[in-house]
Amino acid sequence: MGGINQNSDREWIKHRYIGAGLCLVFIFCVLFLRLVYLQIIRGDEYRRLSMTNCVRLKSIKSSRGLIYDRNHNLLVDNRPAFDLTIVLEDAKPLKETLERLAELTGDSCEELTATIKKAGRAAFYKPLVLKRDITRDLLAVIEAHQFDLPGIHIDIEPTRNYIHKKTAAHLIGYLGEINKQELASGKFPNVRSGDPIGRYGVEKSFEQDLQGKRGGHQVEVDVNGRVIKILKTVEPVSGRDLVLTMDLSLQQKAENLLGENDGAVVALDPSNGDVLVMASSPSFDQNDFIGGISSKKWQALRDDPGRPMNNKAIQAEYPPASTYKTITALAGLEEKVIDRNSTFFCPGFYKFGNRRYHCWNKYGHGNLNVVDAIAQSCDVFFYQTGEKLGVDALARYAHGSGLGRLTGIRLAHERPGLIPTSVWKKKRFKEPWQAGETLSISIGQGFNLVTPLQMAVFISAIGNSGTLYRPRLVKSVQDAKGQMIREIEPEITGGLPASKKNLAIVRQGLLEVVHGNRGTARHIRLPGIQIAGKTGTAQVFSRKAGEKFNNEKLKRTLQDHAWFVCYAPAQDPKIAIAVIIEHGEHGSSAAAPVAKGLIHAYLGDPEVPTAVVKDDQAHVE
Amino acid sequence: MFDRRLVSNFDWGFLLLIFFICILGLIILYSAVTAGYNGTMLHPLFKKQVVWLSVGFAIMMGCFVVDFKELAKLHFLIYAVCVGLLIATWFVGHTGGGSQRWLVLGPVRIQTSELMKISLIISLASVYADSIDPEGLGFRHLIKPAILCIIPFGLIVIQPDLGTGLLLLLIAGCLTLFAKVEKKVVFILGGAGLCLVPLVWFFGLKDYQKDRILTFLNPERDPLGAGYHIIQSKIAIGSGMLTGKGFLHGTQNALNFLPEQHTDFILSVLAEEWGLVGCAVLLTLYFLLLFWGLNIAYNCRNMFGSLLAMGVTIMIFWQIFINVGMVMGLMPVVGVPLPLVSYGGSSVVTNMVGFGILLNISMRKFNTA
Repeated sequence: MGGINQNSDREWIKHRYIGAGLCLVFIFCVLFLRLVYLQIIRGDEYRRLSMTNCVRLKSIKSSRGLIYDRNHNLLVDNRPAFDLTIVLEDAKPLKETLERLAELTGDSCEELTATIKKAGRAAFYKPLVLKRDITRDLLAVIEAHQFDLPGIHIDIEPTRNYIHKKTAAHLIGYLGEINKQELASGKFPNVRSGDPIGRYGVEKSFEQDLQGKRGGHQVEVDVNGRVIKILKTVEPVSGRDLVLTMDLSLQQKAENLLGENDGAVVALDPSNGDVLVMASSPSFDQNDFIGGISSKKWQALRDDPGRPMNNKAIQAEYPPASTYKTITALAGLEEKVIDRNSTFFCPGFYKFGNRRYHCWNKYGHGNLNVVDAIAQSCDVFFYQTGEKLGVDALARYAHGSGLGRLTGIRLAHERPGLIPTSVWKKKRFKEPWQAGETLSISIGQGFNLVTPLQMAVFISAIGNSGTLYRPRLVKSVQDAKGQMIREIEPEITGGLPASKKNLAIVRQGLLEVVHGNRGTARHIRLPGIQIAGKTGTAQVFSRKAGEKFNNEKLKRTLQDHAWFVCYAPAQDPKIAIAVIIEHGEHGSSAAAPVAKGLIHAYLGDPEVPTAVVKDDQAHVE
Repeated sequence: MFDRRLVSNFDWGFLLLIFFICILGLIILYSAVTAGYNGTMLHPLFKKQVVWLSVGFAIMMGCFVVDFKELAKLHFLIYAVCVGLLIATWFVGHTGGGSQRWLVLGPVRIQTSELMKISLIISLASVYADSIDPEGLGFRHLIKPAILCIIPFGLIVIQPDLGTGLLLLLIAGCLTLFAKVEKKVVFILGGAGLCLVPLVWFFGLKDYQKDRILTFLNPERDPLGAGYHIIQSKIAIGSGMLTGKGFLHGTQNALNFLPEQHTDFILSVLAEEWGLVGCAVLLTLYFLLLFWGLNIAYNCRNMFGSLLAMGVTIMIFWQIFINVGMVMGLMPVVGVPLPLVSYGGSSVVTNMVGFGILLNISMRKFNTA
């Protein structure tokens, strides 16, 4: 770090400092000239603007993207809503203005003042929403009294409109006002305080597409807050439209078939995982959430024992019951503990250790092979298959078939279900696995828990010979002009851990469930369409293995859940369905007819009446 | 040991200049925070600023006790400590407005990126002082400075505080150019930079990031946010006309029309209440300050001291220019405070440290060893 002694150095450095000094002079001249321009040349104009304090902001809300079903039927659009707003700076004298307004709206003056107070230190010049979505009558009254309501404005804002009310409410979702944490998170750069964002369903999952971008005006206003001149405008950008995979008419059909029952229906296209139907009952009206749901309505929804706010298709976990025998059969065949021709004898019970595990048919099924066992849902056959497999082998196949893990559907709150293993039990209960428990597991009772969506994905995979798809909700995203922004491709998440040969055996069994002489769902046959499926009856409370209860005598809330999973046409499936009816008792009588109705509606046969024929014989399983 | 020349050489003029700007700053701040304030006491922000300025003065005094040449020896240690603080901010920093910028120590919140500015200037001055050449620095001379810049830049950008990060690069870049770089290097780096811009733009950035940058460059795109601030700021400045509306009589300010009128937009309060005359006074004071800084740099017979003084002057210059340009609508809206006038502790302390270094260099200009 030497000094600067040489003259040449000194000369050189001097030049650099002179250069820097000249830059400094130049830049300060520019700044000064700018001041002269603003304060002297345009000073009068700005003085005038400042005297009236009259530049206001008017935000223009973008309209949220529309939502269509797979056939381009409109499901969700926007309607104009009239919001009553106030600009405090213009609303003078404030007290009198609020009193007059309170008279007209029927609110108390205190309520209005409270709304203003709640807005906190919002600037004087920003419009503040007093009442959202006022009625046309009130709108007319306000318009008529506009002259003595200075600073009070009506803002027209696009607002969500759910055309088919409760239909597919869980799938489509609803909106809610953004909260402070979400605003602070920086994840919603285009959203302002007070704006709605997707809270549930597709509205939430596809928020970034649906949202659009706010625009705005800077306007000059007069003393009464009336717009004189627009100084600057930025046009809003509409949100993108969604085309769902859901089929509106089929969805409505499913919801009608579910009727008053609590439960869920999921229908998928086995060739690509498209969600054709996702119904959960009871449902709710999404329109109630617009502009904030009233606490009374919210309480009623929350306290409803039918849990209307739960999407039972993905959030409710049920024991899979006999539908699980499909897994046990596949595992048994793959692990070679049984083959196509192995037979077991069913005397109506299976003796294990010193206990008897009953079959649902106390008279016994006699000798049967795997195809008959599936068709007649023989418990004894699967007790023995499961015993030979062991819990962990069984769990491996269940897991490989998509059970006990998320399907990856793009909806929040999906539950994974539960497939027990010996390790899991050790961790959870600090107890070793009991061989007897494997017996319960192998017929789908015990610790097993699945969601209807998982079962739909699984049965789809059986139907399409082994491919597991991620359920697809949205086919494509389009801009407001209908131009494709992006298509969402089907996504394969895995394959069933089974050979084609063994799958064919299981498929034969499933076909006989409906079309065999002794099949448990033979009453839902449709002429011309082969259906392959599996019934199930899930115990709501645990009872001694195999113990029989007279369900009719039990309270409704303790009665069994009814399952039915199926695909059709059996040879080349176009639709796969999972139905659960809570406390529906028997899969065959309660759940299967729902599937039948859907298959008929989807694959169609106008000559056959759609009415569900009740078959007394069906009460056996 | 003690050299009496230190006292006789003390730059009283410069100290007085700083003092004047602080007083003017306090008057403007008083007006900015008192508007619409109903309390009977002095506004708490005003009182806090008085405390900060006092602390700043004390730190400034502390800065010229030790010979500035010690800084060259310690530069890497200082640099390492500041980088350490930046990393600490990442882990335990206080989150404000979605980014982690502050390190909280008891009652004090330190914006660590502010300290980094001074530290980087010291390091670069030290590195360039060793390698400076009238022919200009070649590529190999620039490797070390580049590394010294990139590390804090990266740490600040992930906070995220792109504005301060870019300011850091701007200061470092100006100091480097001042230290003189070979023409060849300027052309190659400039050319490469120009080529890189479209590449990053088209392949490196997501739509929303591009959007943010466009709004950053052109606030009028966002008429409800930054654009609104600018138009209100221009009204405030313009309506001041030649002599202003008078102390505490600014209507734009009093009615809360100005956003952040006590921090980034404080110049509009001055312009509204004191008019062109008031602004001219402040700009003149700033001009003198910068010119003085330049002079200190020029008169220092030690290359490190000369570059260090230049670096500090460049830092002060950019803050003034960006803030004034932004408030007048000449520059994009970026959060840069006006030195010694805007409310804010970290800014006051950083600038005072800078002035302390300038005074230090000034009083030791005779000393070439």
